[in-house]
Amino acid sequence: MSVPLTLLGLLEREPSHGYDLKRDYDAFFGRGKPLPFGQVYSTLSRLARDGKVVISDVAPGSGPDRKRYVITDVGATEVEQWLTQPVDPEPHLQTVLFAKVVLALMLDRPAAEYLDTQRSAHLHRMRELTEIKRAGSLVDALLADHGLYHLEADLRWIEMTGARLDALRKEVRR
Amino acid sequence: MTVVIEARDVEFAFGQTPALRGASVAVEAGEILAIMGPSGSGKSTLLHCLAGILVPDAGEVLFDGIRVDALAETQRSSLRRDRFGFVFQFGQLVPELTAAENVALPLLLSGVHRKQALPRAYAWFARLGLDGLEQRRSGELSGGQAQRVALARGMVTEPQVLFADEPTGALDSLTGEQVMDLLVGAAREQGTTVILVTHEPRIAAYADREVMVRDGRVNAPDRIAS
Ligand SMILES: Nc1ncnc2c1ncn2[C@@H]1O[C@H](COP(=O)(O)OP(=O)(O)O)[C@@H](O)[C@H]1O
Ligand SMILES: [Mg+2]
Repeated sequence: MSVPLTLLGLLEREPSHGYDLKRDYDAFFGRGKPLPFGQVYSTLSRLARDGKVVISDVAPGSGPDRKRYVITDVGATEVEQWLTQPVDPEPHLQTVLFAKVVLALMLDRPAAEYLDTQRSAHLHRMRELTEIKRAGSLVDALLADHGLYHLEADLRWIEMTGARLDALRKEVRR
Repeated sequence: MTVVIEARDVEFAFGQTPALRGASVAVEAGEILAIMGPSGSGKSTLLHCLAGILVPDAGEVLFDGIRVDALAETQRSSLRRDRFGFVFQFGQLVPELTAAENVALPLLLSGVHRKQALPRAYAWFARLGLDGLEQRRSGELSGGQAQRVALARGMVTEPQVLFADEPTGALDSLTGEQVMDLLVGAAREQGTTVILVTHEPRIAAYADREVMVRDGRVNAPDRIAS
């Protein structure tokens, strides 16, 4: 799960304070593991250092939450690249892929196309494993099968999610 | 590479139900193409249009430069018999015939003499690991064996294109993969083009490439460089 990219993605909706980002992160991506405030602010200052966000205005008073963050072109490009590129077809990608789908829907981007790209990356990897299986020993075949079954499980999830995108869009858009 | 068979903007409706709404796909010679997609999306209808079993309401089907959709039924039927092979989900072997006679059937229907047809059929039994089952009737074969006999029958005429519609759909995973392994092995040896309809990713992974059918249209993913 990439915290910096997810926060950047959330910032692409609208400029936000650290507190709002943490709240939305916890609600959509935290899954019972809230993001510590310390990590939110350290991530945001690294993003600022790298020119991916800027601080738009600072409210009077003290405390870290006086700052409002705005995504820059560099930051937006990075979100764009991350969303468009398929995740390496390894097992256990669900959380990353899930975050991409939710963010894509929030940002009104073509989530179905991202799922299609991911499906074809998965199938590409499955073809490679099938070729190994056809050419190799039984041990190779069984190892390849292990990968194949995991990838197949991901693909089923991709199908189910693809079929429910409209409903999910309603749930994550405000 | 040369395109051997192609659908261009094919439309087809069953009465009021549209099954294909402008489906296009081109298959190269010797390529093994998987047609994937949800149930009811139009996969089988597309395969039937490509194979000249159904005639599209609109659009074109080209095989080897021939407009298949413009042929008369008798010409399409000889095209299917002489140049195409078929394997369906349920082998559809003729129960009264022996396995060997089932395999020889397409040759006999093409006018090959029984004396030549049966030895050609027998050769496939060794090739597909079916030795000793030549005289069995379909009722005496397991699902996997029956499907291998059906594969032999689909390949015996050495077709240019083999059409396979969910050929492993009725089999368990291991048996299904054995059938796919044999199908791909035979097709590659022979240079046969294969159009494989399946909704199962693990079966589609035996193909060289996949396309997705959705709502009667074909979605080809951008090719990922190997
Ligand atoms: N013989 C038929 N009569 C009427 N409707 C049909 C017939 N065959 C298929 N259909 C309809 O056409 C659509 C596409 O079917 P089909 O090509 O069989 O899909 P798939 O093979 O992807 O499951 C579906 O809506 C299906 O209900
Ligand atoms: Mg079908």
